[in-house]
Amino acid sequence: MARFGMVIDTKKCVGCMDCVVACKTENNVPEGFCRDWIATDSKGTFPNIQMQIRTERCNHCDSPPCVSCCPCGASHVHDLGGVVLVHHDKCSGCKACIAACPYDARFINPDGYADKCTFCIHRVEEGLNPACVSVCPTRCMYFGDLDDPNSEVSRLLNSRKNKALVPEAGTKPQIFYID
Amino acid sequence: MNEFTTTRSNHLVDPVMHIYGWEIAVYLFLGGLVAGMMIVSGYFLYRGREKEDTCSCLYLPTLGIILLSIGMFALFLDLDYKVHVWRMYTTFQIASPMSWGAWILILVYPALILNMIIRLPWYLPTKLKFLFTWSEKLNSNPNYVKAVGIINMVLGIMLGVYTGILLSSFGARPLWNSAILGLLFLVSGLSTASALVHLITKNKEESITLAKADNGFLMAELVILFLFIIGLLSSTQVHINAADIILSGAYAPAFWVFVVGLGIVIPLIIQSLAVRHKIKHTPVAPIMVIAGGLVLRFVIVYAGQLSHWTKKAFLE
Repeated sequence: MARFGMVIDTKKCVGCMDCVVACKTENNVPEGFCRDWIATDSKGTFPNIQMQIRTERCNHCDSPPCVSCCPCGASHVHDLGGVVLVHHDKCSGCKACIAACPYDARFINPDGYADKCTFCIHRVEEGLNPACVSVCPTRCMYFGDLDDPNSEVSRLLNSRKNKALVPEAGTKPQIFYID
Repeated sequence: MNEFTTTRSNHLVDPVMHIYGWEIAVYLFLGGLVAGMMIVSGYFLYRGREKEDTCSCLYLPTLGIILLSIGMFALFLDLDYKVHVWRMYTTFQIASPMSWGAWILILVYPALILNMIIRLPWYLPTKLKFLFTWSEKLNSNPNYVKAVGIINMVLGIMLGVYTGILLSSFGARPLWNSAILGLLFLVSGLSTASALVHLITKNKEESITLAKADNGFLMAELVILFLFIIGLLSSTQVHINAADIILSGAYAPAFWVFVVGLGIVIPLIIQSLAVRHKIKHTPVAPIMVIAGGLVLRFVIVYAGQLSHWTKKAFLE
């Protein structure tokens, strides 16, 4: 069984927002909303300042609270790669999944249903990378099977220092950031 | 310096979460109130007090059905995909408190109707003959009436606890993430229901009994609030930050003045003096208790959405 995940090299990310535009174009994300975004984290005092730019999205958690809290069974884990998805036709727009996500990765689509990153599963099923990964001009994003020890993402995680976002929230996020 | 910026500005999510508004606060308040009314009414049925013409157990179920329907309508207003409301009843998701709640609400209505028909209200249309038949059957054996009382108490407890568990299951919102919230909302529901009966009943003995009971519930509520805050303050930094929102932050004035002060402590003092015959019973105290219960839901719903694992900057 594959377990899809992402590795993002924050040393390479320049915050150009190509991934954001690609996602909006590929998935027809409504105006004013985004499924992925750029976060800039600055720490320290001049001259010892550290800044990290990173692209963020749904972490497709291994223990997704957005799925367990859904009263309609709309939020679900896809058979392929453990990707967290929403059946639009089952969603009642109760927003429980939005409240349950520690990453605030979901929003309500103007049509009424909960919307989020799908890891471009329609592309992945055809053997392609998610749109955000495929357009990244600095090649800072890697997508692949975390269960396969020979995949690029697994090798990167084994060889480079990395961390997930807010792992203490207990959701087992599947996107890892190389410092 | 620690500065965080993001390009995300999703509606209802940024800069701070505000997905739940007055609808959910009102629903949780009315749900808790009806839960308390079911327990009070169920208890009176269990004690065989339905024979007294002025017993509140004869009109509380009707009032409960009306209030719960208003609450459910508020819940419906909160849904963003309203035409899909029926989707909740096409499945039962065992891990979802909201799914539990949706089904508990479906069970609550028949229980309230069973309670209501023990003494058939005059306004029931005579065309509903089956209700009259059921009423006769229920009254043919006192144990049936007791059973209706027990069913109402059990479902009342489930409904009251669920209104709190609904929020406490959201680990992503540290203020809500306390299992004691279920107990807090149940006791608050019992307290507001007792206050309501104390306020509207024509039975003097019942009024005094419920004023005394309300004093007990208010004291229990104070203890539970204390434990709720202690639990948060002795947890992780994000939980401490969450507690600060109601203790000294944006929602502190509403919490201390309207929930603790005017909603619990002052009415407790007034009602304690009244039951000791030091002062006359006044409608002011129960009205304050009911308003305090409503503000408690508003404060918890709104402050909980401010609490977050990473967005500390917005809390200050």
